[in-house]
Amino acid sequence: MSYPLNPKLYADDVEQEPIRKGFGRGLLEAGKRDENVVALCADLTDSTQMSLFKAEFPQRFVEIGIAEQNLVTVAAGMAAMGKIPFTSSYAAFSPGRNWEQIRTTAALNDRPVKIVGSHAGVSVGPDGATHQMLEDIALMRVLPNMIVVAPGDAVEAEKATLALATNGKPSYLRLAREKTPIFSTADSPFEIGKAYVLQEGDDVTLLGTGTMTYQLLVTAKLLAKHGIKAEVVHVPTIKPLDGDTILKSARKTGRVVTAEEAQAAGGFGSAVAEFLSTTLPMPILRIGMEDRFGESGEPAELMDYFGLTGEKIAHRLQPWLKETPRYHQH
Amino acid sequence: MSNLTITQLNKKAEEIREDIIRMLEAAGSGHSAGPLDLADIFAALYFNILKFDPKNPDWEDRDLLILSAGHNTPVQYAAMAEAGYFPKEELLTLRKLGSRLQGHPERVKLPGIENTSGPLGSGLSQAAGMAYVLQRVSDAKPSRWVYVVMGDGELDEGNIWEAAMFAGKNKLSNIIGIIDRNNIQIDGTTEQVMPLEDLKAKWEAFGWHVQEIDGHNIQSVIDAASMARAITNKPSVIIAHTIPGKGVDFMEYDYRWHGIPPNHEQAKDALHKLRTLNGKIRGEHE
Repeated sequence: MSYPLNPKLYADDVEQEPIRKGFGRGLLEAGKRDENVVALCADLTDSTQMSLFKAEFPQRFVEIGIAEQNLVTVAAGMAAMGKIPFTSSYAAFSPGRNWEQIRTTAALNDRPVKIVGSHAGVSVGPDGATHQMLEDIALMRVLPNMIVVAPGDAVEAEKATLALATNGKPSYLRLAREKTPIFSTADSPFEIGKAYVLQEGDDVTLLGTGTMTYQLLVTAKLLAKHGIKAEVVHVPTIKPLDGDTILKSARKTGRVVTAEEAQAAGGFGSAVAEFLSTTLPMPILRIGMEDRFGESGEPAELMDYFGLTGEKIAHRLQPWLKETPRYHQH
Repeated sequence: MSNLTITQLNKKAEEIREDIIRMLEAAGSGHSAGPLDLADIFAALYFNILKFDPKNPDWEDRDLLILSAGHNTPVQYAAMAEAGYFPKEELLTLRKLGSRLQGHPERVKLPGIENTSGPLGSGLSQAAGMAYVLQRVSDAKPSRWVYVVMGDGELDEGNIWEAAMFAGKNKLSNIIGIIDRNNIQIDGTTEQVMPLEDLKAKWEAFGWHVQEIDGHNIQSVIDAASMARAITNKPSVIIAHTIPGKGVDFMEYDYRWHGIPPNHEQAKDALHKLRTLNGKIRGEHE
């Protein structure tokens, strides 16, 4: 099945929008479809884009103030009464600060609380390391009974939000602050738990999640100039991982690269490595932050500085591909 | 709610205390002091105050009881068994592999438990979330109440005060907190570890109506709950002064009994003392 891509994907004037804005629209629509959807925010309504929902459904919006532990536990209480609560703050604070409350009152307690962590990754920019959450994927994927989704662009974020509103399970939705290119279209599929091959190739599998999928599309284009045909796979659902799609591609190419705007260890790449280690042990390169915190800077500047742009990744992959033989199953 | 006399309610509290001792001895681990000192409050809750149906734990008109200080779960399990949620024999499965009676209560495991707790400080906010939704159900007089039982050591947790602020802001008058003011926590007395006084003034400053009662006087517990329900413009909290380990003389007032169960000899001794009201009446086996 092919995945429709934005034809302007590589253009200089490709449409760009912050992923969090797609969430804002998705939440509003979810609220229109189901009166049980409620929204709670820890004093960051505009920047997490809950403002659209709040304007339309002020009676269903709950201002919590700067109290992230209360944010998710009040939500768990509302879920006990049949509500579908979306909670939002910056990822550094939620799930950063309130991880245990999420563990106990949402995951173990099995309440369909949606944790929305906005402003994840280094592209948060000038606010600096304290606000650049890099460990949230690791924190949330390791919790039992937790769905983890990192949409690739604003268009997908809207779909992801609608899907999570009806999945009946505690879930984590990872959003970004800065505007990023739209690579999907209104007709592109999105289903929780599914990964999508965006571009086929035989030489290497590039697995992206969240904002890094677009970067890998850029990487693939650059590698093609050197005769390397990369297969780009978008993996918006980190948990549960779409093992079938990943395995099929890994078998085909024999080499796997993962990329995330997060710590290279413990998160998406590690989830893939764990899976392949038991199914098809093979060379895997995990691209992300190398066990360090971020810094203040401009978003684009930081992405480049930390080696997270399509260009930097292509540059890093050329020698890696030369020295890394393909894995073949004997 | 039932129409038991105070004498009958006191008898229920004694049965709950005996069940607690038996449960903890069988389990070999668990908390003694808190559950014992909460027995009177739980007898009042399950046999007078709460509206519920043990044969229909999901009854949509039931009152909600949140045990925020989850380690006290033995007293809730004992009260639930007494009230008919499950047979008393099941109490002896506490903390055993496969039991519905987990060491700290889990909603998914046992019908009749409204929330999962153990890590302290999150029950009040969950209760506030429930109360917030109920408050908006209709403009009519509230018919469902949310009761939250907290420990006093638990009030060290910031999440409690976040919830207190939220309840105060939203005037959640359908929430009734009960604090087990037994003055102990693990490292010592509350006033040694992290002093709480002036506790009444603290809650009042957060916009709550506060009552202070003797937590072992069942009539006082019932009256305080009635008064709390009558307060319509703010949330209510009842500071219930209790003696940790109440009912078993070698446990009373001793903070070291917070987190340990009685061994076999101690359990035998405790049960004897509970049954014979500390030697005031002749035991059935004498």
